[in-house]
Amino acid sequence: MSKTVPVTLNVNGVEHHLEVEPRLLLVHALRDNLGLTGTHVGCDTSNCGACTIHMDGRAVKSCTVLAVQADGVALTTIEGLASENELHPLQEAFWNDHGLQCGYCTPGMIMAAAGLLAENPNPTEDEVRHGLEGNLCRCTGYHNIVKAVLDAAKAKGAAVGAPASGQPGVTA
Amino acid sequence: MSVTVTGAIGAAVDRVEGRAKVTGQAKYAYEYRQDAVAYAAILQSTVAKGAVRTVEAASVLELPGVHAVLWHDNAPRLHEVSDGELEVLQSDRVSYRGQIIGAVIADSYETARQAERLVRIEYAQEPHDVLLRADHPKLYTPEKVNPNYPAVTEDGDFDSAFAAAEVKIDCTYETPAEHNNPMEPHATLAIWEENGVTLFDSNQGVVNVKTTVARAFGLEPDQVRVVSPHVGGGFGSKGTPRPHVILAVMAAQALGRPVKLAVTRQQMFALTGYRTPTIQRMRLGADRDGRLTAIGHEAILQSSTVREFAEQAALPSRMMYEAPHRRTTHRLARLDVPTPSWMRAPGETPGMYALESAMDELAIAGGIDPIELRVRNDPEVDPETGHRFSSRNLVACLREGAERFGWNSRDSRPGVHREGRWLIGTGVAASTYPARRQPSSARASYEPDHGYKIQIAAADIGTGARTALTQIAADALEVPVEEVEVQIGDSSFPEAFLAGGSMGNSSWGSAVVKACRELRARMAEEGSEVPLWVEVDTKAEAAAASAEPLAKHGFGAQFIEARVDVDTGEVHVPRALGVFAVGRIINPKTARSQFIGGMTMGIGMALHEESLIDLEFGDYLNHDLAGYHVPTNPDIEQLEAIWLEEDDPHVNPMGAKGIGEIGIVGTAAAVANAVHHATGIRVRDLPIRPDKLVGAVPRGNR
Ligand code: FES
Ligand code: FES
Repeated sequence: MSKTVPVTLNVNGVEHHLEVEPRLLLVHALRDNLGLTGTHVGCDTSNCGACTIHMDGRAVKSCTVLAVQADGVALTTIEGLASENELHPLQEAFWNDHGLQCGYCTPGMIMAAAGLLAENPNPTEDEVRHGLEGNLCRCTGYHNIVKAVLDAAKAKGAAVGAPASGQPGVTA
Repeated sequence: MSVTVTGAIGAAVDRVEGRAKVTGQAKYAYEYRQDAVAYAAILQSTVAKGAVRTVEAASVLELPGVHAVLWHDNAPRLHEVSDGELEVLQSDRVSYRGQIIGAVIADSYETARQAERLVRIEYAQEPHDVLLRADHPKLYTPEKVNPNYPAVTEDGDFDSAFAAAEVKIDCTYETPAEHNNPMEPHATLAIWEENGVTLFDSNQGVVNVKTTVARAFGLEPDQVRVVSPHVGGGFGSKGTPRPHVILAVMAAQALGRPVKLAVTRQQMFALTGYRTPTIQRMRLGADRDGRLTAIGHEAILQSSTVREFAEQAALPSRMMYEAPHRRTTHRLARLDVPTPSWMRAPGETPGMYALESAMDELAIAGGIDPIELRVRNDPEVDPETGHRFSSRNLVACLREGAERFGWNSRDSRPGVHREGRWLIGTGVAASTYPARRQPSSARASYEPDHGYKIQIAAADIGTGARTALTQIAADALEVPVEEVEVQIGDSSFPEAFLAGGSMGNSSWGSAVVKACRELRARMAEEGSEVPLWVEVDTKAEAAAASAEPLAKHGFGAQFIEARVDVDTGEVHVPRALGVFAVGRIINPKTARSQFIGGMTMGIGMALHEESLIDLEFGDYLNHDLAGYHVPTNPDIEQLEAIWLEEDDPHVNPMGAKGIGEIGIVGTAAAVANAVHHATGIRVRDLPIRPDKLVGAVPRGNR
């Protein structure tokens, strides 16, 4: 299995040329090869959502994607959601509303929420709860997470969901 | 002594590490970069009992990138290990399915996992015994139950009093094995250097890990350093080091290279602890007015053959209600299963499910309102010790909750309230958790250019401890929170108790207050132009607090509305309210999150969570998040937690009781009571799955 193939990962607006094994999962490429450890791993069965990132603006569980499948696709991780030293409205809202405790689910939750708001900028509480049902949180009881997403939607309306790293591909 | 309030304690301060967590900058154990790191994959036994005969590793070692295969034959010998679970690779014995029987170490995670699947192992298999039953021949009474309580108590003459009681119930409640499932799986990075080992590890207490690893590897404690600034939840499962920690240190030692070891979610079901299943017989006897005369709580639990862990399930029946005649017992069967361990409020969580379900049944049997029944039996002093309560506001919680929840207009008849396809009911249960503390130490320092810094080997596993300690320090120093930096999660800081038993803030905060006071006193004498630091411990204060003849507990009341689909038996919880009396709340923002997080886990316990033992293979069948259902976002609807003002100067200098666990206690009983009220069906074995209700709803009602 040591045969490697070249792949170009375009992450947060930066191109990385890597030689990877075809079996390498995208989440491990991000974490182990690129050191982008804000994307977490919480399960082996694609249930938890801790690994959620954006591929061409859509929220995807990066543990279900091979690195080679992401060749040339615009990827956004939690590290690239806002431009340096700034917070995306969702990040702001998760912090303000205490939408996190241990924080392990948080990056995936925020990326999933950004994907949700990109498709539905003004969701109802129910739509948020169902939209995020693929992201598990064991700490918070979800209440503040839902509040944060609704507050972020209110704060920024249509602007929410667009990554600040300037890549194309987000459908608002 | 009490803290001078400058306003930090009690304020809804934003989580101090919030920015790091929302930007993905907070690093968890596995995420530390290390040069020349190798990856270990765990080999787990595929039989539940027997011995490892042969390990065929030669062909695996030929795979490019594979460095070593460790098993009992070639693994380094450990020094002193007091916990059978930690005797990793020290013998050929297999004591449960999924036990660590080896490891593959390779250049990459992928190669290690591939190789792990290719190692051929032969066993001498023996028949296993993995099912807990009330009539299990191996049941015995342990000497103590967790952490150090007598297993059996007898007061008065229970048998005669129960026989003579005018109103009584005799019911058995069962809870399944449940797994903690913090979202961050356990992981360890072990780095040996010339004079010791450094671990980046996911745990609830760096000191525990340091001491255990030092003993196991024959090192002095200061030759081990454990770094864990951010931990992705634990709920008890990271309270003591689990076997993979030993394995990671061993692998790094054997290989002479740093080793990363991530326990997979599936492996966690065997290796990182769980809540024992319980079978609890409850007998309650009362007079016609509902005054309890007899309380019997007999708990049956399991442990493994490698370590005795006896969950204190009957404990709450010793202090909740007044009754002259009481019996509480615990019996244990040592089975060929992984060792159960702490899971959020061990003892109280399953115990209060049984007691508070039984109280509901007694209320119905006696024709008394369930809240009135609890009020009538609220004791003046702790029934167990005769000590006064430092504070006990259960009745106030019940009354306040009843008012807010609309309890007083409730029609008590079960199965009569229906809206469309939903049968609707409400239920109540009490909640409690002890307010204890342990000695800890802390360092407080001041530097003219950098301000105040607190260092303590505490843990923030998501509780908000880092933020709460910042507030506690700010008040004790009488400065704004912005001027204080609190550093935790490093065993090179002053030794502190672990994040467990809801004792974290109580223990650490007391040390922080003391350190800050002494620092202020020094600064008053020596001025603020020179750097100063002090280090203190609270051994004397903690001992004095435990010796006080007072019973110290937090209390609460849980109110639940349940809706049951008449056809499918599906249960929804559209409304949950928790009312708590837990001393002073240090941070309403983080506290509320802890309460509703606990209540959510309680709803999970009531409706979803269950680890099913596979009788044929002997392990947990649904060992992943696809099969083990924790509450998801849409499972939770209206959920509110509030608290009453409570002044308790006895618990600690902050007057704050621990709040990490009480939120889960009683929730499952309140749900079960509400489901009974909705349907007339009493489910006495959790979780309340639809199949236990479907078809049981009377035809006329559908
Ligand atoms: S790691 Fe759990 S869904 Fe990807
Ligand atoms: S904050 Fe801990 S899992 Fe969500």
